[in-house]
Amino acid sequence: MGWLALALSLLSVWPAQAQTPQDPRKSGFAYMGRDTQAMQQDDLANPAMLTVLEGEALWTTPTGKAGKSCASCHGEARESMKGVAARYPSLDEASGKPIDLSGRIAQCRETRMEAAPLVREGRDMLALSAFVGLQSRGMPVAPPQDERLRPFREEGARLYTARMGQLNFTCAQCHDANAGQKLGAAPIPQAHPNAYPIYRLEWQSTGSLQRRLRNCMVGTRAEPFSYGSAEFIALELFLMERAKGMTIETPGVRP
Amino acid sequence: MTRALINIPQKAKRGEVIEIKTMLSHPMETGFRPSSDGRLVPRDIIEKFVCTYNGEVVFSADLYPAVSANPFLSFNMVAEQSGTIVFAWTDNHGKTQVQTAAIQVE
Repeated sequence: MGWLALALSLLSVWPAQAQTPQDPRKSGFAYMGRDTQAMQQDDLANPAMLTVLEGEALWTTPTGKAGKSCASCHGEARESMKGVAARYPSLDEASGKPIDLSGRIAQCRETRMEAAPLVREGRDMLALSAFVGLQSRGMPVAPPQDERLRPFREEGARLYTARMGQLNFTCAQCHDANAGQKLGAAPIPQAHPNAYPIYRLEWQSTGSLQRRLRNCMVGTRAEPFSYGSAEFIALELFLMERAKGMTIETPGVRP
Repeated sequence: MTRALINIPQKAKRGEVIEIKTMLSHPMETGFRPSSDGRLVPRDIIEKFVCTYNGEVVFSADLYPAVSANPFLSFNMVAEQSGTIVFAWTDNHGKTQVQTAAIQVE
């Protein structure tokens, strides 16, 4: 009975929301080949770490009229940014709308550093969001349970199950109903946003969740939402809720 | 200045075969790809990689447009004496980027 007691005690210290072995949810990592998995797990072979290195340098570089860097206010990212990426998108009190991590970085730079706005999907934005994201690696996805986010999350759920494009598909038709099956030669993952920004081998570069979502939309021959649009943030809100408790892998590698 | 990830053991025994892994942040633009305006994106690739160990070339490679972005190169060498290992990547414009690493051999 000793082992049972041990197992029970382990269960009780398990973070309330973390994944249990019985959880049917699987990270995209589980669908990858062993080589690609090894690439993600080795920080000296993961090409996304180059993006992280860039972000680390940007973190301490003063820029803009205020003459500040990210570090001037936030200090050591290892401490101050721990777990931050796990709880975005979250509510922006000023506007009453949800804001994603890239949006928050852009906002911070514009209003507090008075620096030129960072382009979404640009090198610097990806670098900073990958660097901030890394500080949450290994932590469970923890979407904020703010009642005011509920309508936006519901909108995300609606978009996830809305038919789109000439092929008239919904996200759910592939990623819920047919996850684990193949689309051509490629496995269909469950679409969990727990490793973004990722280095995608197909892109040969680092990219955000929104770039990946646009890929899927182009695939269904829908007109993709634009970067930073309310639709994408709503979708991300829903996807993060759906992946609640899963482990953050940022920066991930995907085929 | 682009970034590079270099993985070498900091310490090694004399005569030991050590593995070196390098990765350079580089787009490796082939010069064959049209951009959204229809014009070709100019070629920008690393053409030569040279690794020297205390001044002596221990590994070199020629790279071509078929090599992926962020070229990853891994090779072995025999650790003979303490010193510096110099990695140099040269692109098709003749620009060379150099990184150094120290190794201690006991």
